[in-house]
Amino acid sequence: MHSPQPNPDSRTSDDWPSELYRILKAADVRQMSYVPDAGHSQLIRLSSADQDVTTNVLTTEEEGVAIAAGAWLGGQRSVLLMQSSGVGNCINMLSLSAIGRFPLLMLVTMRGEWAEFNPWQVPMSRATQPSLEAIGLKVMRAETAEDLIETVESAAALAYESDQQIAVLIGQRLIGKKKW
Amino acid sequence: MPMQAQLDRRAAVAALLKDRKNTLVVSGLGSPTYDLHSVGDHDGNFYLWGAMGGAALIGLGLAQAQPGKPVLALTGDGEQLMGLGGIATIGVARPRNLDIVVIDNQHFGETGMQASHTGRGVDLTAIATACGFATTGTVRTLEEVERLTRQIAEPADGPRLFVIKVLAENPPRSLPSRDAVFIKNRFRAHLGFAAA
Repeated sequence: MHSPQPNPDSRTSDDWPSELYRILKAADVRQMSYVPDAGHSQLIRLSSADQDVTTNVLTTEEEGVAIAAGAWLGGQRSVLLMQSSGVGNCINMLSLSAIGRFPLLMLVTMRGEWAEFNPWQVPMSRATQPSLEAIGLKVMRAETAEDLIETVESAAALAYESDQQIAVLIGQRLIGKKKW
Repeated sequence: MPMQAQLDRRAAVAALLKDRKNTLVVSGLGSPTYDLHSVGDHDGNFYLWGAMGGAALIGLGLAQAQPGKPVLALTGDGEQLMGLGGIATIGVARPRNLDIVVIDNQHFGETGMQASHTGRGVDLTAIATACGFATTGTVRTLEEVERLTRQIAEPADGPRLFVIKVLAENPPRSLPSRDAVFIKNRFRAHLGFAAA
């Protein structure tokens, strides 16, 4: 009988999405909402297959900010996934998280900053961190898989245990060059 | 050409919430928040003073977290128009315990009564139907609101959206607390969750 658990020694840095899934499960996150990004595809797949996690595909990212607040009112933890272009869509809705001190964990895959082929991704990439900070979120960044896992673990604790509003920016260097 | 709506919004909301039992209510910014408070403050109310377009989606997150309790998003036409995409998201999520009721005066009442899209042919119930809502409807009289209230009390197969056409006027404001942390913690305590 083989163990279904991966051997920790054999984990590769490519498998960070599975590690994020494990961290979110350990943090008892029960709702996930997303506008898809290639960098989040494995985490979305794992969560969608999980009966204990309600997933919502969004038409625009600010919907997920409102869903996360509603989930918390009802006693559940929610995580919101998007790419950096979606951060701009969220700004006014983040008033809700900020003024209500609602726990919020956003995982943001960065575009427009590392080997980017699409110049249209660059302006919002540049505005991502300053606009999040301007509306009152704490921004954390990770550039390596090891750092990302530790960062999301601590961000989840800050968000759900200390009622903070956190965006974790996942560097484009970590996600790799988009193939198209 | 439909008749000009004559229904008083406060009378409509009072009839809608007359026997709310364990219903949890989220109200959209502006008049729906004042309407909800005018019926009587309640620990199971979450009042918005901003986050325009978010009322129904807060309702969705809440409905998913509390599948055994009815959730009502009580909002206005302007607020719901800003959250049109959310109707698609809710249609796909298909909660069985979420009702959206739009108190539709066909105007932006907080900002000087400018005409909104719903008075110019945009039909929120048709949008909700196209997005897969289980039931939709439009009512215009107090008797119809009373019938709607009984209908909402029955179980649903999926999300429902109802429009109540009301007279475009601003009754005296009835103001709940603007302290969202207080309202949040009170709401969670009502559901049995300890304050953080």
